[in-house]
Amino acid sequence: MANNNYDAIVVGSGISGGWAAKELAEKGLKVLMLERGRNIEHIKDYTNAFHEAWDYPHRGLATQQMKADFPKLAREYTLNEPTQGMWATDKEHPYTEVKRFDWFRGYHMGGRSLLWGRQSYRWNAEDFTANAKDGIAIDWPIRYEDLAPWYDYVEKFAGIAGTREGLDVLPDGQFLPPVPLNMVEKDVAKRIEKAYKGMRHMIHSRTANITQAMPEQNRVGCQYRNKCWLGCPFGGYFSTQSSTLPAAMATGNLTVRPFSIVTQVLYDKDSKKATGVEVLDAQTNQTYVFTSKIIFLNASTLNSTWIMMNSATDVWQDGLGSSSGELGHNVMDHHLSVGAQGTVEGFEDKYYSGRRPCGFYIPRYRNWGSDKRDYVRGFGYQGSASRSNWQSNVAELGVGADFKNALAEPGAWNIGMGGFGEILPDHKNKVSLDKSVKDKWGLPVLSMDAELQANELRMRKDMKQDAMDMLEAAGVKNIRGWDGESPIGKGIHEMGTARMGKDPKTSVLNKHNQVWDAPNVFVTDGACMTSASCVNPSLTYMAMTARATHFAVEELKKRNL
Amino acid sequence: MERRNLLKMIAAATGVAMVGGRAFAYELHSPVPLSSTVFSSDDVMLFNEVADVIIPRTDTPGAKDANVGLMALILANDCYTQEERSALVQGLVTIDQQAQQRFGKPYLLLDTAQKLQYITQLDEDAKRANNQQELFYLSSKPYDKDRDENAATPHFFTLIKQLTLFSFFTSKLGATEVLRFEAIPGKYNGELDYKKGDRAWAT
Repeated sequence: MANNNYDAIVVGSGISGGWAAKELAEKGLKVLMLERGRNIEHIKDYTNAFHEAWDYPHRGLATQQMKADFPKLAREYTLNEPTQGMWATDKEHPYTEVKRFDWFRGYHMGGRSLLWGRQSYRWNAEDFTANAKDGIAIDWPIRYEDLAPWYDYVEKFAGIAGTREGLDVLPDGQFLPPVPLNMVEKDVAKRIEKAYKGMRHMIHSRTANITQAMPEQNRVGCQYRNKCWLGCPFGGYFSTQSSTLPAAMATGNLTVRPFSIVTQVLYDKDSKKATGVEVLDAQTNQTYVFTSKIIFLNASTLNSTWIMMNSATDVWQDGLGSSSGELGHNVMDHHLSVGAQGTVEGFEDKYYSGRRPCGFYIPRYRNWGSDKRDYVRGFGYQGSASRSNWQSNVAELGVGADFKNALAEPGAWNIGMGGFGEILPDHKNKVSLDKSVKDKWGLPVLSMDAELQANELRMRKDMKQDAMDMLEAAGVKNIRGWDGESPIGKGIHEMGTARMGKDPKTSVLNKHNQVWDAPNVFVTDGACMTSASCVNPSLTYMAMTARATHFAVEELKKRNL
Repeated sequence: MERRNLLKMIAAATGVAMVGGRAFAYELHSPVPLSSTVFSSDDVMLFNEVADVIIPRTDTPGAKDANVGLMALILANDCYTQEERSALVQGLVTIDQQAQQRFGKPYLLLDTAQKLQYITQLDEDAKRANNQQELFYLSSKPYDKDRDENAATPHFFTLIKQLTLFSFFTSKLGATEVLRFEAIPGKYNGELDYKKGDRAWAT
């Protein structure tokens, strides 16, 4: 098998896998990146990138046939014509649910880096100490200071638009100019600032859309088309394809192999290290072995854990990393589908042009400083203001020329915001192997058994009421709050199941993301998270990955791995 | 050995070795022919004549100019639930029956004033019927993932209106000539001045 030997293997090509491949290849390692799905070439394969509503046979909508074919995707906005083919389907990639679990997966080159929401926030110092302070789960083995320089590092390369606000709750970073707020948002922001005496802030979203060209990466910049999910021919947002992959390729050290399902990490009992991975070719069903000195698991939170559960089962029945009893446990996400909206009077003489990829953000303020609630942790809001259009008039009276003319003009201003709440790590929220159900390749699937617990449910009351109160304080009218279903996974921020910690008895990974039981295996996607914060996690995966790759290379140099 | 050499060659040529085939990611969809639906070209004609009363040609194109009937019935066929589709099919029959009763001729033969009179009446009937069923809101989209399967079906004219508005304002003609559309805005201006009469953005 010498012909399949590399210095490093990276499993997965999404946000964290792309970073791992780039960093390791730039450090001179010969890297093999394995992707379970097909290749998608930057620009060339963004088939729908210039399509408009009228180019789709159903104007972009899902059909009843699609709904019948993909019942799990049909639960959310993930089912539509523009992105069809981009979300893993229930048919080929089943999973089972003890409790409803939304698992939205991108099985193709670039993974969900092509399909992500791009909101990019740093964790704050307290996020890393909260578990210890609250006596919940286990303490993080790292602190904000460990990650801060790596946040700087990845932000500069990825390109994050935002404003420096000087808030402890949401540390500033290396920002490009922000995506602008509109007149109504600016006005509401001022009113909230005043009403809450500077304790609550409505700020620009921090987003991985570049507001200035990055010619060194051949990225033109955001064109305000709001078509990010179709792949951006302008390199307007950070994705593996637009950013990390070209850099990794430029080194000449990277090999990419699509259609490569990693079925297990190969483990050597004597050296107590991994020797490589076994790959099932998704097209030919042939099995291959690839060997390497180090392995980075970046297969996405639950799939990295799935691989570990299937590895070294002759040593540990429940798989590599299971010796602590925590592998597969403490699955987290952000809970959402709760917030408020209303109409704004005035500003009839103001409008906007361009389609933003984001809106405003209200950072966490609950259980912060002197604020104390009947739950721990907190939440932030994302939202935007815009003028209504023809869509609000279907059920209203009117036909004919006057009706048509009225529909052709913008209507009243609306503003809405939805909360993103922290979910606590809880041992009983778990995923496990279900060997009674097999996927298209005969591989066992994951079974999901997780739901919101009492702390989250108490928090949701505030998430709805606070949104209504803030809009009220800002003079917004016709306020309507909502609180919908929020199964785990719906936030598409799966975290945990292979947490970092200080003690191999209670954690799967150490402070450098190494599997305690196999130190040359690193897990740097969302699986490593020990708690969830309430901010969008991808930026943290980037920083965590960059940090771990540099550590791994240093250890290789010292011959410690 | 061959494999290794192949990898090297590809790597030398492109800087990266790509092994394995390619397949479409973002799927391209082909247009749906009317023949694959339960609707006929007569239905399309009737729908267009109703839709053109809702969105008539003024100094800008109207529903018939955009042939919304064809799009609307494809959407009704493929995106509607069984209940919604049945209500629409029955509604198209009802329109002709009511035209016959009130004016003594099929809807297509009504003059412009009669059509407007009848459709205005139908609009009010629909509003009243929906209110009685406590249906105060309808999604603007003919596919609504959140639609409650036990919910009452709206009056058929409300479905026609939904299909008309959606099909028209998402058509190229409606979006670019009645509304405003810019494919590549290039920037966001959050302080654009607006005066009454300026058109809304299509998206």
